[in-house]
Amino acid sequence: MSLKIQFTPKFYMRSSVTMAIIIWVIATLIRILEILATKSGVDLEISKYLPILLQDLFYVFILVYYRHKIRLVESGGFVDLLWRVFAIGLVTTVISISIRLFYESIAGSMLAENEFLNTFLYNLNRALISVFLISTFTVWKKLILYQKSRNLVIYWNIFELALLCSIFFNLTELNLQQSLLFKILFGALAIMAIILSGNLKWVAYLNFKQKWKSVLIILLITIYIFYFFSYLYVAPDEALEAFNAIDDLFVIVLFTFLLFYSIFSLLVILFNLPTSSVFEKKMEEAINFQRLSQSIQQGESEDQIFDVLLNSSMNAVYADAGWIEVNMDDEDTKIRSKHISRENINKVKEQIMISKNRTVIKNPLAPNSDSDRVLINLRKSTYKSAFVVPLTIKNEVKGFMYLLNEVSDSFNKEMINIINTFASQVSVSIENFRLMGEALLNERYKEELNIAKSVQRALLPKELDHDSAFSIHAFTEAAAEVGGDYYDTFQLSEHRFAIVIGDVSGKGTSAAFHMSQMKGIFQSLVQLDLSAEEFLINANTALSKCLERTSFITLTYFIIDTEQKVLEFSRAGHCPTLFYSKEEKKAKYFENKGLGLGIIRNSTYKNFIQVNRVNFSKDDILVLYTDGISEASNAKHEEFGYERMKSLLDQNAHYDPPMIQKVFISKLYEFCGGKDLNDDYTMVVIKFN
Amino acid sequence: MIEIKKETENNYLVISVIGEADASSSIHLDKAIREALDEGHMQMLVDCTNLNYISSAGLGVFMSYIEEISEKSINFILFGLSEKVLKVFGILGLDQLLKIENDKEQAVSALNGI
Repeated sequence: MSLKIQFTPKFYMRSSVTMAIIIWVIATLIRILEILATKSGVDLEISKYLPILLQDLFYVFILVYYRHKIRLVESGGFVDLLWRVFAIGLVTTVISISIRLFYESIAGSMLAENEFLNTFLYNLNRALISVFLISTFTVWKKLILYQKSRNLVIYWNIFELALLCSIFFNLTELNLQQSLLFKILFGALAIMAIILSGNLKWVAYLNFKQKWKSVLIILLITIYIFYFFSYLYVAPDEALEAFNAIDDLFVIVLFTFLLFYSIFSLLVILFNLPTSSVFEKKMEEAINFQRLSQSIQQGESEDQIFDVLLNSSMNAVYADAGWIEVNMDDEDTKIRSKHISRENINKVKEQIMISKNRTVIKNPLAPNSDSDRVLINLRKSTYKSAFVVPLTIKNEVKGFMYLLNEVSDSFNKEMINIINTFASQVSVSIENFRLMGEALLNERYKEELNIAKSVQRALLPKELDHDSAFSIHAFTEAAAEVGGDYYDTFQLSEHRFAIVIGDVSGKGTSAAFHMSQMKGIFQSLVQLDLSAEEFLINANTALSKCLERTSFITLTYFIIDTEQKVLEFSRAGHCPTLFYSKEEKKAKYFENKGLGLGIIRNSTYKNFIQVNRVNFSKDDILVLYTDGISEASNAKHEEFGYERMKSLLDQNAHYDPPMIQKVFISKLYEFCGGKDLNDDYTMVVIKFN
Repeated sequence: MIEIKKETENNYLVISVIGEADASSSIHLDKAIREALDEGHMQMLVDCTNLNYISSAGLGVFMSYIEEISEKSINFILFGLSEKVLKVFGILGLDQLLKIENDKEQAVSALNGI
């Protein structure tokens, strides 16, 4: 079984704390053993450096532990961090004091003289103090490196590395009081620490309440530091000047650094207290600004954004009252007010109108004077000054915001700038909101049109009726989502087929509706097995009742008899059919009389149409199409035209219907170039076998 | 794009249609003819010399007045149609219902001939 170790922060934390505890236990045991050995007069032959090294390693592991532990803390929670340090300090102090109290209670007894107990408790205390020092150090590090620059990081890393090295300096057994080298090193590290202590940017991000809390906590931390220092280095019952031998460079530098940083932050926070309200105000303005730009996106209405604007603006300029009146889209003027009644609004407005003490601030970007902002001093009112800001939406003044103050001349330049920013942000937000609404609406229409498109697609036949005597292929494309082109087939009897192609005047939705009517008429009339002429007459009568005054439908109705090889057709104003005769090896258009459906809406219609009969033979081709193809034009306003279509069919008559269609359409696209086709176009190709 | 001019000459009204009569612009054509009919003109010439293109919507405008014109016995004559435009009228069959002349001279004499 293999042991998998994942090097997560948790792993480092756990292993370092375990190592630290083991080392501490070993170190303590060694010291106790040493005492035992001295008492028994036995030399243990343990190197004198071993306990020191163990102690140093203990520091290192505690450092590693906190390095990973504090990393897990969310940034920004400065007070939480300070609390954490405070809590560790409290635990250490409580234990330290209780040990002291314990000694006082047993003073004079045999137990007080017990060296084993003394050693154990001293070691415990010392370990706890170093834990406190190192945890505080890590927290201070985090605070210093808040909003770090590259240079600061480099400088800090040098300091930290030097500090790490200093842990092992105690192996030299030098002490501060006697060694010059110790003094120099201590001095150098202390100066670095003091310089680093100047980094207090985090203080600016505390609000007033947090600052007070921090002052309190740091003050207590400072007291701890003093207390622990005195515990370790000041011999009991002696004056502060007479220190114990300071033999640990690391610990003394830590003390110095922690103390300096604590005192510096304490002072900076205290001095920052009076200005923190200004800073908070600025922060609030920034947040308000953000709210103004975001609120509408969260599905709020325009009214709500005006409320946010009024509240934010009043806060920003310390206004005593204010209101917004807007007139959007010619509705009634809406008024949203704060700390002022309707009645007073009217009074103040009157005052504003007649007041002569006014300053007009031109808006350099706006062309007309509507968008000027006005500062007014009032006399006969509870409010002594007013600031009127126009609210512009899409370059049109849609309303005004009035801000009132009971003191005269109360709006300074800074405030005016903030209000302007707010007001323009509101314009942007509302414009965005409306654009978004329009976009959503368009999206819905698009969706509806897509439904219409698929419904209309379903009106065109998927399978075209035919038998082995001819093959048939159809193609259609609408300029818009829906169109007015129509084709359909029907098997009248075993060898007779009805085929229709049509085009509704106009384009888009109205054409599509008429096209569906045409489909209905075709499907009902075709059942009656009428002649082509009769079909058109009946269709005209039916359509006369349902087409708009200016609408008409063009149509050609074919009856193919594959047994007698006869084609019968009538044309109702539709584009002339293109016919290729294999025998003549030539394409031609059927020229005949006809009139669009719905143009004459009475019985005289029958006078305008005729029936044509044509015999067909193998490999003859019929090309039915709509005017979208014949009248398609290119950028030079040239039409695709009848001649081009005729020669295309001449050249491609040997192909099958799908291929002929493809050639026609690709030639059509080629002809039009990049120009969009602005009409519906449809093609039905029939080839006789 | 379409431009419509109306001018009264002698005893008849000339409506000149300039540009393209498509779905959107034919509304103006419709308005002009409607106004002329409402004003009680009995003799009308439509000058299509500068009509470059007519869509089905434009044809729909002419079509919609055919009945009213014949009911009120109004002389309504189109002239100067380009080959392309004339072909469009022809395919739909409107040439059987509207009087169409080559040029203004012929149109005027057709007016007076009746």
